[in-house]
Amino acid sequence: MTSKPLKFADEQLKRSPFYERQVELNPRDAWSAWNGYKHANFYYDEQYEYFCIRNLCGTYDITAMQKYIVTGDDAESMLDRLVTRDMTKLRENRVTYVVWCTDAGRVIDDGTVFKLGPQKYMLTCGSPCIAWLRKACFGYNDVHVEDASDNIAALAFQGPTSCETLKEMGLSGIETLKPFGIMTFPFKDTELMVSRTGFTGDLGYELWVDAAHGLDLWDDLYAAGENYGIQPFGEGALNMARLEAGFIMPYMEFNEALKTVHFEHDQTPFELDLGWLVDFKKPRFNGRAALLAEKKRGPKYTLCKLDIEGNKPAEESEIYSDKGCTKKIGYVTSAMWSPVVKASIALAMIETKHMDGELFAEIYYSKELRSYSKVAKCTIKKKPFWAPARAKATPPGPY
Amino acid sequence: MKKYDAIIIGAGHNGITNAAYLAKAGLDVLVVEKNDYIGGGAVSRELHNGFTYSNCSYVCSMMRQAIIRDLDLPKHGMMVIPYPGALAMGENGEVFHSYSNDEVAYNHTRGVSPHDADGLMRLFADLSRYAQVIRKTLMRTPPDPTSFKPRDIKELLFLAKEFWKLGEREIYEYVRFFTMSAADFLDEYLENDLIKAYMAVSGIIGTALGVYSPGSAYILLHHVMGDVDGNLGAWGLARGGMGSISKALEGAAKEYGAEIRTGAPVEKIIVKKGKAVGVALENGEELMSNIVVSNLDAKRTFTKIMDRNDLPEGIYEKANNFKFRGSSGKVNIALSGLPKFKGAAENPFINRSSTYLIGSMKSMEKAYDCWKRGRWSDDPIVETVLPSPWDPTVAPPGQHWMSCFVQYCPAELADGPWTPEKRDAFGATVINKIERYAPGFKELILHTEIRTPHEIEQEVGLTEGNIFQGELTIDQLLFNRPFPGYAQYRMPVKNMYMCGSSTHPGGGVSSACGANAAREILMDLGKVNTVPEDDCYDD
Repeated sequence: MTSKPLKFADEQLKRSPFYERQVELNPRDAWSAWNGYKHANFYYDEQYEYFCIRNLCGTYDITAMQKYIVTGDDAESMLDRLVTRDMTKLRENRVTYVVWCTDAGRVIDDGTVFKLGPQKYMLTCGSPCIAWLRKACFGYNDVHVEDASDNIAALAFQGPTSCETLKEMGLSGIETLKPFGIMTFPFKDTELMVSRTGFTGDLGYELWVDAAHGLDLWDDLYAAGENYGIQPFGEGALNMARLEAGFIMPYMEFNEALKTVHFEHDQTPFELDLGWLVDFKKPRFNGRAALLAEKKRGPKYTLCKLDIEGNKPAEESEIYSDKGCTKKIGYVTSAMWSPVVKASIALAMIETKHMDGELFAEIYYSKELRSYSKVAKCTIKKKPFWAPARAKATPPGPY
Repeated sequence: MKKYDAIIIGAGHNGITNAAYLAKAGLDVLVVEKNDYIGGGAVSRELHNGFTYSNCSYVCSMMRQAIIRDLDLPKHGMMVIPYPGALAMGENGEVFHSYSNDEVAYNHTRGVSPHDADGLMRLFADLSRYAQVIRKTLMRTPPDPTSFKPRDIKELLFLAKEFWKLGEREIYEYVRFFTMSAADFLDEYLENDLIKAYMAVSGIIGTALGVYSPGSAYILLHHVMGDVDGNLGAWGLARGGMGSISKALEGAAKEYGAEIRTGAPVEKIIVKKGKAVGVALENGEELMSNIVVSNLDAKRTFTKIMDRNDLPEGIYEKANNFKFRGSSGKVNIALSGLPKFKGAAENPFINRSSTYLIGSMKSMEKAYDCWKRGRWSDDPIVETVLPSPWDPTVAPPGQHWMSCFVQYCPAELADGPWTPEKRDAFGATVINKIERYAPGFKELILHTEIRTPHEIEQEVGLTEGNIFQGELTIDQLLFNRPFPGYAQYRMPVKNMYMCGSSTHPGGGVSSACGANAAREILMDLGKVNTVPEDDCYDD
């Protein structure tokens, strides 16, 4: 049988190694794209999938995430100069969260670094970064960066029953894996890497296997998860969960510095409330001088977690220092009604000097074609909106 | 001797809510509960290894969001998971699938009846309009229409204004709606019998009315005016069972300093010189307080734990005549696997939520006829829900528990009192019915808990097993609940209040009764109000 050639074949989005299974579970055809891959916004129902993250377990396809393998004698030194965190402290089989900046101290991207061996690392991030990484190798003799993005199939597997499911799948000892730890397991004729990492603020893991074994991983995981409520979730549910966890998203909280046109429309780590990632004890790293100066001066804006009165999500709201909304002091970057916290929550960039004063959001919403607005008092929260004990507990418990 | 500021009788959700708000205002509060566990009708108990039943109420939608947020119940472990669809099963194998996705629901309904696909949209718009007004009254004290107090006049004006906003025509419709039967109301929108029956179930749940009885339309509204995260009419499952809501309320109440004593049944409310001064426990212990709040229903409060001589003329009779007419039963079943309903779609989002084994409008009325004759329906209406696929905490992995709400089951049988044998026969009727719709069901059963109105009254203390603490008919609603002249939570004995579902806005796990009562109590004590205003999505 010969099938008709696909029209616009060269313009079709790439399909993840899991696509065959995903498409069966996506009756709504709710697809968008991420780094050239066809990527689900949601599968059956966004809200249901969100609750899987908080109540059962679910998978999120992170194959489209960029994955760079950095090897060589100078790998550690190169990464240490690239990111603001101290890479010499990262032990083998551990993961750490990092940002990297321009010389001006503006954030290029955030991601995670996995230490896979004495001279072997994996750097993951949301947007392609190979050109910048090549530049970051200047001056080093023995460092090699390989873009493994398409070769590794990866699933974020998150939710309270995720550990039980992995146990059911036969990953013995998985319950001893600590947050940010890595374990490897023989899988078929290859190796499955599991890290206790994620982007949901809940108990969760990320599973990494070579792309050829993607479907095997999916099938084994879904067979094991049948009695634990396993369900794929899309970007909609992920975005809800990450906001409750207080995590930042590119093009929501920050504009990647290398793609920013307007002056200071990008952000520094301090502005993103990520000062704890910047280690000035390191003598050298990209953006150090600029960031040191900013630390002394204090950031102009600071990303804040807001608890907002009422039930209307403060999407795209402006923040004012007075109830009459005359003095604008900031803007909301992400907002939602949180079904587990039962509060209207948001992340907002607020002028640092006004953070201690009163804060009001002017919220717009519409009802049957008519538009309305409300002014709601905001309270700054120091801790993540959602941080269940199981997310940090080892062993994490059955649910 | 220690004297509490307030003693609350009954640690159901309203009692604990009341305690939390009084304690939040700085009062020294004690809740006394007859059972060894808290929760009343919002209770979860493990009666079989690894299975946690929600023994009474089983789904959540009415709980006031303002209270959830104000008492920070999520911090104390409350989580409500909306479930995405429902099934209705007809007599002859017809199945109606109710999907939460609008487009899918429309396509499916159109396949059954194009007329009703349109009709349902109009029905939901009208119900939403009616619900919008009623919802605004839930966390307000009903005004006394005979009073000239500024507050009552203001509240009456508020109500008038809200009704007036509907427009002239809708006011006529609204008044008609309040007195109609669910069947007559639905006839104006729907033609398919099964879809009609599916919608009509909400009109008779917990009530000794039939789908053709006047007044059942309002009860239908009572069941769709709740929401989950702003989705009007949506229902959800409390993670850990309904008892987790009571536990979360307990956590909040205790954080504010309230004390809860279980295993402490009250014998009498002690009244001295016309004032409530404390309670006497069945064990003889006396506990003193400035005020006494009863979370028990009106009949139990005034005829069981109060001395008739302490009451003004007529109250005892009113309480005695308060309508309960117990009409529902509950069967909780532990299963070794998932049952399969005949004709249900192979869709895990649909085939394990609410499944209504209803038959038809006619068979529903026949089921009611049995109740009238003093026996349980031989072909009862059964709403099954499987919480375990959605909640990993309530059954072992791969095993499940099924909640079966059963209508009708009388509190009093024509052939003499309830006995364990009759209870089991009632249970068998229910199980046989499920077996008819889900062949092989019986083989999955590991354990059952059968509850007739008799068990519900004995254990929870709800008179005649009425789940609402008294019927939700217009003669017993708003300023008539529990009795005309006593709808503002203050009772005829000084320093005595009621805070249970016998008061406005009635049954359902809403916590509104308990919160409203607290607001009135704090007002009488000259304390700052700690009860929040409601958080209505319609605003």
